[in-house]
Amino acid sequence: MHKEAAIREPLILGHKTYHDITEDVCRPIEDKAPKTWYILFAIALIIGLYGVGCILYLLGTGVGVWGLNKTIGWAWDITNFVWWVGIGHAGTLISAVLLLFRQKWRMAINRSAEAMTIFAVFMAGMFPLIHMGRLWLGYWVLPLPNQFGSLWVNFNSPLLWDVFAISTYLSVGLVFWYIGLIPDFATIRDRAKKPVPKKMYTMLAFGWSGKAKQWNRFELVSLVLAGLATPLVFSVHSIVSFDFATSVIPGWHTTIFPPYFVAGAVFSGFAMVQTLMLIMRKAMGLEAYIHTKHVEYMNIVIMVTGSIVGTAYITELFISWYSGVEYEGYAFMNRATGPYWWAYWSMMTCNVVSPQLMWFKKLRRSLVFTFIISIVVNIGMWFERYVIIVTSLHRDYLPSSWSMHYPSAIDIGVYLGTIGLFFVFFLLFARFFPVLALNEVKTILKSSGESYKNAPDTHHHDPTPDAPAVESPKVDMTKESAKKESKVKLSEEEIKEKASALISKIGAGSADSKDDLKVISGVGPVLEGKLNEIGIFTYVQVSKMTKEEYDLLDQLTGSFPGRAERDDWAGQAKELMNKSNS
Amino acid sequence: MADKVIYAMYDDDDVLKDGAKKLVSKGVKVAEVFSPFPIHGIDPIIGVKNTRLGIMAFLYGLTGLTLATIGMRYFMIVDWPMNIGGKPNFSYMENILSFIPITFEFTVLCAAHGMAVTYLLVNKTLPGMPAQNPDPRTTDDKFVMEFRMSENSSFSENELEEMLKETGMIEMDQKEVH
Repeated sequence: MHKEAAIREPLILGHKTYHDITEDVCRPIEDKAPKTWYILFAIALIIGLYGVGCILYLLGTGVGVWGLNKTIGWAWDITNFVWWVGIGHAGTLISAVLLLFRQKWRMAINRSAEAMTIFAVFMAGMFPLIHMGRLWLGYWVLPLPNQFGSLWVNFNSPLLWDVFAISTYLSVGLVFWYIGLIPDFATIRDRAKKPVPKKMYTMLAFGWSGKAKQWNRFELVSLVLAGLATPLVFSVHSIVSFDFATSVIPGWHTTIFPPYFVAGAVFSGFAMVQTLMLIMRKAMGLEAYIHTKHVEYMNIVIMVTGSIVGTAYITELFISWYSGVEYEGYAFMNRATGPYWWAYWSMMTCNVVSPQLMWFKKLRRSLVFTFIISIVVNIGMWFERYVIIVTSLHRDYLPSSWSMHYPSAIDIGVYLGTIGLFFVFFLLFARFFPVLALNEVKTILKSSGESYKNAPDTHHHDPTPDAPAVESPKVDMTKESAKKESKVKLSEEEIKEKASALISKIGAGSADSKDDLKVISGVGPVLEGKLNEIGIFTYVQVSKMTKEEYDLLDQLTGSFPGRAERDDWAGQAKELMNKSNS
Repeated sequence: MADKVIYAMYDDDDVLKDGAKKLVSKGVKVAEVFSPFPIHGIDPIIGVKNTRLGIMAFLYGLTGLTLATIGMRYFMIVDWPMNIGGKPNFSYMENILSFIPITFEFTVLCAAHGMAVTYLLVNKTLPGMPAQNPDPRTTDDKFVMEFRMSENSSFSENELEEMLKETGMIEMDQKEVH
């Protein structure tokens, strides 16, 4: 079985069993939705419907209702398109790239991140479609034999590459997501009592039975799909950047675009995952599965990709000057000091400065701070696209046609509408779908679950883990660090049982022949009292402790896990013994 | 012929795996294992062969690659050689760079969907299919081994039951199948 280093923080907190995982994930689906869900759903639906209304008005009237003009032919809608596609990168990245790298922390977040990805790509896909103006002729982008002579679509054009890239990405992402969902739908199906949900989940589960051969295929299919999806993710945003990079417009015509767009996409995608996940874990009581460590990992990804983006911005600036191309130089000068300076500098602040704060461990482990930064990053990434698109276009080669872009009410309505629709989909997902990949999380329970990690050698042939039967009190771990969270209270009996197991290994001592344990570095008066309570009084006893005893001790005292081992109490005690003997 | 099926239920994957190992070494044939998540290492023990879906995915990918190449060569070179900015498409090889993105996307599209469809078909997991797991708890936290008496004719039912009890099973069930 896979073993994990003891110093690695557990990924599943508390004393969970397989059944607990099922319960925790299925309960929100089976229970009635809370009032807040209905309120949020209503708000999202109203905003979404308003957006749909704006789109219908636009289709009926024409693209003229947008704030575009002769100079600025691309602005708001393409900004939103790129923004949503970017957000739609995190899910596949988490589930595919992290699967290839065997990162186990992905399992708690991949399902909902993938859902988010799919919904975000839906929203993204809408913008080019409505940008066509005549939506009903949308099939013209496909290479179909037609009545205008056999003129085909242009396979040299990045815009057509985009059609293929986005539709492949969306459909492969959807398949990847659904294949992972099938076994979890089967779990819900087998638990469902009411006839309607039972029927619904029976349909959705496709008759999954969990046979050994099915699992064998399942694992391979997940791996191969991950292998296919990984280059796909990178290709999609590279191709989106080609839309700009292949055109001869100052500020767009740069070879740095593909990697820089991909990093930016991952950056904004993870920020959106953070925003959603921080709310979801709290609302659905999933704090034991998505905890501070997961947030920290994601913040590290945000920090790294944010730094890549920052480097790209500065490289771009430098090259615009170093290239000696005056148009290029002017485009960047205009970005920073022209009429859109406020957009440029908000982009710089949000995307370059804010992720750097993640170097501080305290900040990247703070949930409130993470939430704020995730919003800031999303705003910053929207501005990035707006700056790239609008500032490059609004002052073109001919100063007499210089212009400004002001979004119209319809522009804003469509954008807000996609946000509303996105949340409508996500809320429905959170209500009816298993938000955690049940089958995957169960596979890491033994290697990364807290109760198993603390007693690494006892579980192998013992079907029951250390404390399975005891209803562990619900741990409130909202703001405390994971270390403090591991203070799970054990029942009286267990404490006695463990203490006696510990004493039987290191030998009994008595209060009469008591040594001053406080001399050992790492032991204070409080801890000494605790040790005495357990029955540890002398250096001799402490010196006999090994890894196993330390683990037992950690469970009993519940404080500073791993401390005794790190400070080598046994070694210290041996030295102290020698001193007192001589 | 009527056959008797015995189901042994476990509440831990490692116990089931150790049990299966012991049983197989004694010559018992395990017909099937039902579990809520993949038990790593169970396949060689009970004699489940590795799936060949990976090879299928590769073949589907090749199909996509070929189709994309043939299609684009026909559209852009043969049927209507487009002349963009005075740069006409004379041959596929001279223009191959701009065909790479779509070739890649179409390869991935065919490989992923071909494999997914094949997976659903061979798994017999399709909309409306009935579930075959013997106990609803096997998708939650229980693990079930299935034995067929016809495959284990050298053992009597009682012998098998005794052996199963030694492996730490928690429940047993049997069923006649026809």
